[in-house]
Amino acid sequence: MIYNSDPAERLNKNQIAKYATKFLKSNSIINLGIGIPSLCAQYINDPTILLHAENGVYGFNKFANDKKVDPNYMDAGGNFLKMNKNMVFFDSVESFNLIRGGHINTTILGAFQVSKNGDIANWMIPKRGIGSIGGAMDLCANTKNVIVTMEHTTKFNEPKIVERCDFPLTAVNCIDKIVTDVGVFELGNNSIILKECAPGWDVLSIQNITGVKVKYDKKVVIMDIDNV
Amino acid sequence: MNNAKICNSFDESVKDIKSNSSVMIGGFGGSGGQPTRLMLALSKRKIKGLTIIGNVAGISETTGYGWPKNIKPVDQGVFFRKGIADKIICSFPVPASQNPKSPIENFWNDNKDSVEIIPQGTLIEKIRCAGAGIPAFYTPTGVGTIVEKNKETKLINNKKYILEYALSADFALIRASVADENGNLQFKGTSRAFNPAMATAAKTTIVEVDKIVKVGCLDPNNVHTLGIHVNRIVKRRKGDIYP
Repeated sequence: MIYNSDPAERLNKNQIAKYATKFLKSNSIINLGIGIPSLCAQYINDPTILLHAENGVYGFNKFANDKKVDPNYMDAGGNFLKMNKNMVFFDSVESFNLIRGGHINTTILGAFQVSKNGDIANWMIPKRGIGSIGGAMDLCANTKNVIVTMEHTTKFNEPKIVERCDFPLTAVNCIDKIVTDVGVFELGNNSIILKECAPGWDVLSIQNITGVKVKYDKKVVIMDIDNV
Repeated sequence: MNNAKICNSFDESVKDIKSNSSVMIGGFGGSGGQPTRLMLALSKRKIKGLTIIGNVAGISETTGYGWPKNIKPVDQGVFFRKGIADKIICSFPVPASQNPKSPIENFWNDNKDSVEIIPQGTLIEKIRCAGAGIPAFYTPTGVGTIVEKNKETKLINNKKYILEYALSADFALIRASVADENGNLQFKGTSRAFNPAMATAAKTTIVEVDKIVKVGCLDPNNVHTLGIHVNRIVKRRKGDIYP
């Protein structure tokens, strides 16, 4: 994707997903949301990282091919799973005990808007009037480390990183990091800090499509998208 | 042989579900764990005003969510297309895409107050509590959002929590892999989901299974839902087209 004022191509969805996996730690349990986050699964090569899904499984890492599906083995996004020896199954009570109890280390999910104090809106578009909450509110409110993967702007090039979300909130003050198609951002102390720029992008060009004043370190690095 | 709980047909097993009953539908969403044959039998009844309680409620018909590609999906939209339900309590009623509109989104268009959307972890805990004799609980989920509106909150150790109430139903239609004649159940893979909790939270629990075995044939160390919670068992025909 590229807009008129863009200095370079923006990353595609697979590149965003792949880059986000760089921030996952060994020996952790991860929950991936629908959309760009679910693309992360294919880029996780560390066998000590186990994926959790709300419907009652952790330990999966690959999806089944279309010809060999068993609907009894699915993730929460509706993808059928390939069996492996780490997988264990449980019911929804235990699954949300894991989430609310803080036993999931990191969740990666998509967003319509993120505000500078770490609020996220990702379940309803106001002009539609109906949306689906699913597990998103539980995950955002209760996971220690919440990473958003999203395109930096709407398709009309409007900022999705904003002063205050005007879409209905999913949770408040919970986002730790944002990986977009133009950069990587950390949140803290009511501010958004630019840590990495996509190749060809710089602080000013990113500031131009961001709805809040972006802070940055002296040395903002270029995202090394080929070596994740 | 103890077959007091075994019903001979799906139609017979749901024939006493009256108008205005509340009915939990088990599973997660998608075909695995969904009591599809019980749902189809219920949808043929000439009744009105059901309240449906389920998780991912009506997205498979329009998106194929959780169904193998070669089978036409069934989801909870069937109760709204047939006009026998007038309320739904769920966590995920509509898909991301608005086109084509799902039966539940069409229903919501004319009945905005009759679609109650609850965070998934709160929904399952409300159901668990109903079965466990706990009338209400505090949860951090939903604080600062629309979910908190008009609800009691409490600060516990300087963190805010929302008071949520238990949720029971007249009937639960659930799906298991194997039952013994006493109604002890085993589930398969991710098909467990909402089924065990719903079995504990309804006055009458009806279970659709692939297989019924004699008492003593299930490993007593590996019973997922106790027969205490199961009132009726219906076995599917061999070679059923639905997963």
